[in-house]
Amino acid sequence: MSAAHRLWRIYGGYAVGFASLFLIWHLASVYLVSSVLFPPPAAVFRKGVVLTRSGVLLEHLSASVQRILLGFIAGSLMGIPIGLAMGSFRPARKLLEPYTEFLRFIPSVAMITVAVIWFGIGEASKIFLIIYTTIFIVIINTAAGVSAIAPNKLRAAQALGATRTQIFVHVALPATVPYILTGMRLAMANSFTTIVAAELIAANEGLGKMLWDGRMFMLVDDIFVSLVTLGLLGFAVDRLFRWSIYTFAGKYSPAT
Amino acid sequence: MSLVSFRTVTKVYRSLQGVDYTAVERFDLDIDAGEFFCLLGPSGCGKTTVLKMLAGFEAPTSGQISMNGRLVTSAGRDRGVVFQGDDSLYGWLTAVENVEFGLRMRGMAKAERRARAMRYLELVGLIGQECKYPAELSGGMKQRIQIARALVNEPAMLLMDEPFAALDAQTRSLMQLELANVWRTTRTTVLFITHDIDEAITLGTRIGVMRAGPRSDVKGVIDVALDGARSRTDDAFVEYYKQVYAMIRDEVAKSIARAGPA
Repeated sequence: MSAAHRLWRIYGGYAVGFASLFLIWHLASVYLVSSVLFPPPAAVFRKGVVLTRSGVLLEHLSASVQRILLGFIAGSLMGIPIGLAMGSFRPARKLLEPYTEFLRFIPSVAMITVAVIWFGIGEASKIFLIIYTTIFIVIINTAAGVSAIAPNKLRAAQALGATRTQIFVHVALPATVPYILTGMRLAMANSFTTIVAAELIAANEGLGKMLWDGRMFMLVDDIFVSLVTLGLLGFAVDRLFRWSIYTFAGKYSPAT
Repeated sequence: MSLVSFRTVTKVYRSLQGVDYTAVERFDLDIDAGEFFCLLGPSGCGKTTVLKMLAGFEAPTSGQISMNGRLVTSAGRDRGVVFQGDDSLYGWLTAVENVEFGLRMRGMAKAERRARAMRYLELVGLIGQECKYPAELSGGMKQRIQIARALVNEPAMLLMDEPFAALDAQTRSLMQLELANVWRTTRTTVLFITHDIDEAITLGTRIGVMRAGPRSDVKGVIDVALDGARSRTDDAFVEYYKQVYAMIRDEVAKSIARAGPA
């Protein structure tokens, strides 16, 4: 199999899929709607280049990415140990379930008002919201992962002479990694929703702020640049996650 | 004195609805060092319960289980366990890493534990597969990993819970022959749970037949005086088969009748 052929097999489907997406967008914009309110991809791309050169796009993008990353990492770092504790110890689960089961039904978008009142419109409120949106999904997935460990894995370790601590570190933890990663992947998708909503309401920069400014000043091209950026960024981040899960799959496959 | 003794062991399970189920009742059994003891019984007769209690995974409701004169109260590395399915293997570790797991937990230096693990991988015929993950190996190979993983710990006893029941017929016979060879090399005491008469006669030095559950115990024990490699077509083998079959036939019928129409 030639290198070109292999590349085609791996990325061919994506390339055609994306091409068709932009083609349909183009056709819809130019022939179906034909309105300044729905610019074709070429116009959006040109605007994207302009905004990239001027540094505006990067400024918004990096503001959003920075918030997502900080909140996401902090939320995961807090959620993983809590989830492990809840999955491992029944009292911890009983004690913490009211928190997780109560709070996870209050959407992070609903917390924006409170966050702004508490933390102002600066970075702190956004990071709080991303932590909020991340932590419960990570906790629930991690706890589910611990409960899903095959009892024979733990029994085998006991019969091989492992101590309780060793069983936790060398069996329970690695067996839970795929679930943790899946929880983080879902949380990352939710972080996008939350950050845009938060920036729409209260921010000085960010992709959500860019959307809002576009509406205020009727910069429809800017709105679309922001939307496309969000789509591409989300796609790239999710691929990165899937890739890391896949890379681990031989080692951390949930099936075995 | 026998290596293992069960004294009037009863195990009652209570369901979430509070219904009691007596799996085994007043179960008595002695296993001597160096034996390959096959515990044979119809499905649902509690043979796995017996193994779980000896392994220390579950405590008897009453009665006592002792090993080397000491009461069994928890799992320990003097009793290596081979499970029926492959869900006890660590999917994130390679074959050799799975095998050396017990040695690693004990804090043995890497070079030494690797060398020991390789010796046991060789014993079970897995050389060349040591760097593969369980998901990349066949059912038979995964059971070999389990056997090597238990043996490398040099347990006083190996507990095997229908280890070949999930394998296809050809692989199963091959694994039985290889296990017989491994046992002749190591002479580890084995408690082997099975529902397959052929398997019990192929492997065992003694066969204990259990009654149909609930409230099961040992109906009778048969000594198998066959040496070396055994063949299903030998007259002596066939005689043992008839003898064991006569003992277990009624129990299987009862077990099916109690389970209700399938």
